Amino acid sequence: MSTATAGPTAPQRQDTPRPLDRGLQPSDKVFHGIARLVGAVVLLITGSIGLFLGLQLIPTLHAYGLHFFTQVNWLPDTNQVGVAAAIVGTFEVAAVAITVSVPLALMTAIYISEYAPRVLKGPLVSLIDLMAAIPSIIYGLWGFFLFQPYVATITRWISTYLSWFPPFSVDTDTHAPVVPLASRYWGSTTIAGLVVAMMVVPMACAVMRGVFAQAPPGEREGALALGATRWGVIRSVVLPFGRGGIIGGTMLGLGRALGETIAVLLIVSPVFDINIHVLETGSITVAALIAARFGESTPQQLSALLAAGFVLFAITLVVNLVAATFITRSRSGAATEI
Amino acid sequence: MTMATLPAASAAPGTPVRDQAGHQLPRPLGGDVPRPVGTRTADDRIALAGCAVGSGALTWIAYDRLLPFSGFTGFLLCWYVVFLVLYTVVSALSQPRPLVIDRLVTAVVHGGAVVVFLAVLSTIFYTFAEGRHALIHLNFYSQTMDGVTPTAPLTQGGISNAIVGTLIEISIAVSVSLPLGIGTAVFITEVGGRFARAVRTVVEAMTALPDILAGLFIYTTLIVDLGVQNSGFAAAVALSVMMLPIIARSAEVVLRVVPGGLREASLALGATRWQTVWRVVLPTARAGLATALILGVARGIGETAPVLLTSGASTFFNLDPFHEPMNSLPLFIFTAKQSGETNFIDRGWGAASVLLGLVLVLFVTARTLARSRPGRS
Repeated sequence: MSTATAGPTAPQRQDTPRPLDRGLQPSDKVFHGIARLVGAVVLLITGSIGLFLGLQLIPTLHAYGLHFFTQVNWLPDTNQVGVAAAIVGTFEVAAVAITVSVPLALMTAIYISEYAPRVLKGPLVSLIDLMAAIPSIIYGLWGFFLFQPYVATITRWISTYLSWFPPFSVDTDTHAPVVPLASRYWGSTTIAGLVVAMMVVPMACAVMRGVFAQAPPGEREGALALGATRWGVIRSVVLPFGRGGIIGGTMLGLGRALGETIAVLLIVSPVFDINIHVLETGSITVAALIAARFGESTPQQLSALLAAGFVLFAITLVVNLVAATFITRSRSGAATEI
Repeated sequence: MTMATLPAASAAPGTPVRDQAGHQLPRPLGGDVPRPVGTRTADDRIALAGCAVGSGALTWIAYDRLLPFSGFTGFLLCWYVVFLVLYTVVSALSQPRPLVIDRLVTAVVHGGAVVVFLAVLSTIFYTFAEGRHALIHLNFYSQTMDGVTPTAPLTQGGISNAIVGTLIEISIAVSVSLPLGIGTAVFITEVGGRFARAVRTVVEAMTALPDILAGLFIYTTLIVDLGVQNSGFAAAVALSVMMLPIIARSAEVVLRVVPGGLREASLALGATRWQTVWRVVLPTARAGLATALILGVARGIGETAPVLLTSGASTFFNLDPFHEPMNSLPLFIFTAKQSGETNFIDRGWGAASVLLGLVLVLFVTARTLARSRPGRS
């Protein structure tokens, strides 16, 4: 602005920027102070949970040693306490959930962004978001009462004809005239994993769809103009563009699957054993273990449960951080800059 | 996608040599007619319908009559697989390879999407269908389970205490986590600095916190260490610990997309930073913030795990969040299912319907708000 006055009267003078007072108004100082305080309080609350859980590892390891990580049983009365079975079970349930939900989420995301009629797109996106908002206990009930009887017939079929693959074998006579479906096939890792998949699908699908929708239209039209089929456009433009979103959505879903409590607790029959037979009844996850055992515990067992919780938290934290890295690194992130 | 002169591309079935169309240059007088990309030819439709019927019949003969299989679920699965094979073969008879793959992928993608949509719709309808036994009784909304045995008929007892408990707990949780969550979001986006980035990292990390751990943390610190009773207050604190990172994070995303030009315009007019935030940024983002809040509430209202550890189940009516256990809808559903009694499970379905209804109302409100124009009340 000062150039306007620097006319012929003062040709020699150098232009100097008008000094701006960068100090804050008193009211803004208060505002910044309060905002900083809120930030600090939230940091304290959230950070203290992680710290608190982490600190519980010390007394637990002191009491049970490194066997805490290798011991399978959870028998506090005989001083056998370990999370090995629960951690393996957690990963089995998550593996089933991810195997089923990621293809489904991918197909749903592709359907909504590429195939769905324009009028249906909005409602379908809402439906997927609603699916994420449905409480997990309702999925648990649905899985237990409606889903389980049907799925058990399919898992029985798989165990009858594919039992040469160890995870698919079930310890029962599959050709017996009356197969005890309820006692051998209900409450298995697979059924729990399938119900958890219902909760993973909307999370993964929302991320994937968001990324697919931002695939550049110019490249799509270019592919169409070169004679690509609809699948050709998806394969050569949409999927490569959305790779970060696909990986990120999968990891985000994995984080959810690892931490799911109540649906798993409603469905599985708790068995403290490393059970690789995913179709067979009986499993346990860390979260379900905590929910099942918190009430009857002494302080020492409580700190063991907290330590188990910390192990779970550490795993989900790493998974989510990796997911966040992939999602922000995908090209789609550039579009949020305004 | 709406280009006028696309050469023969995705959907030009029926023309075996597809590159020919490229030579038909625009006719000067007739004008270009856009080739419809998304429509289906008669060949497409007949192949699809024929394969569906044919594979259905084939599966029926093989599955139901010849092989030792039975069951409706298995039949559907086999039908779908046979359909995919038949559709591929039929397409390969008349179409070039890229089109065969395109058709197969279309069928697979539609199948996957239909499975997901059916699953979510079946969850909603099944819940209300099972809940209708309890929902038709008025006493279900007005009475409690105090003095009612689990096996009692549905004309006795109800879930009024659980409904009230859920509302009280979620109100306390919101009144804690809303100011803190939005305050954090304002701090991260409007104040900034190294400390804000640290807060943001931690908040983002804590959205990964499994819900059970929020409950376990509050159970250990408040109930075991500090000796607070199992109460609605403890449950509300657990819920707010769980909701805080979720609300803070989504509010931050909403504030970040408020155009920077608005802030600069406000500052250039001489407003202080606080005035800018209060008069410009927050009103602009009002709809988005409301959506973030409501989705956080919808998430918190259905959480069972934190409540299970902290509130304690009660059968009686309790309006005092600080003393005595307080029941809530998710906890009631959980107890009902674990009891194994038919009538009690029916009540559980009724409670699940009420809970799902609440979530649906919240969800529709959030959608309506999100659709309204930002900056207008």
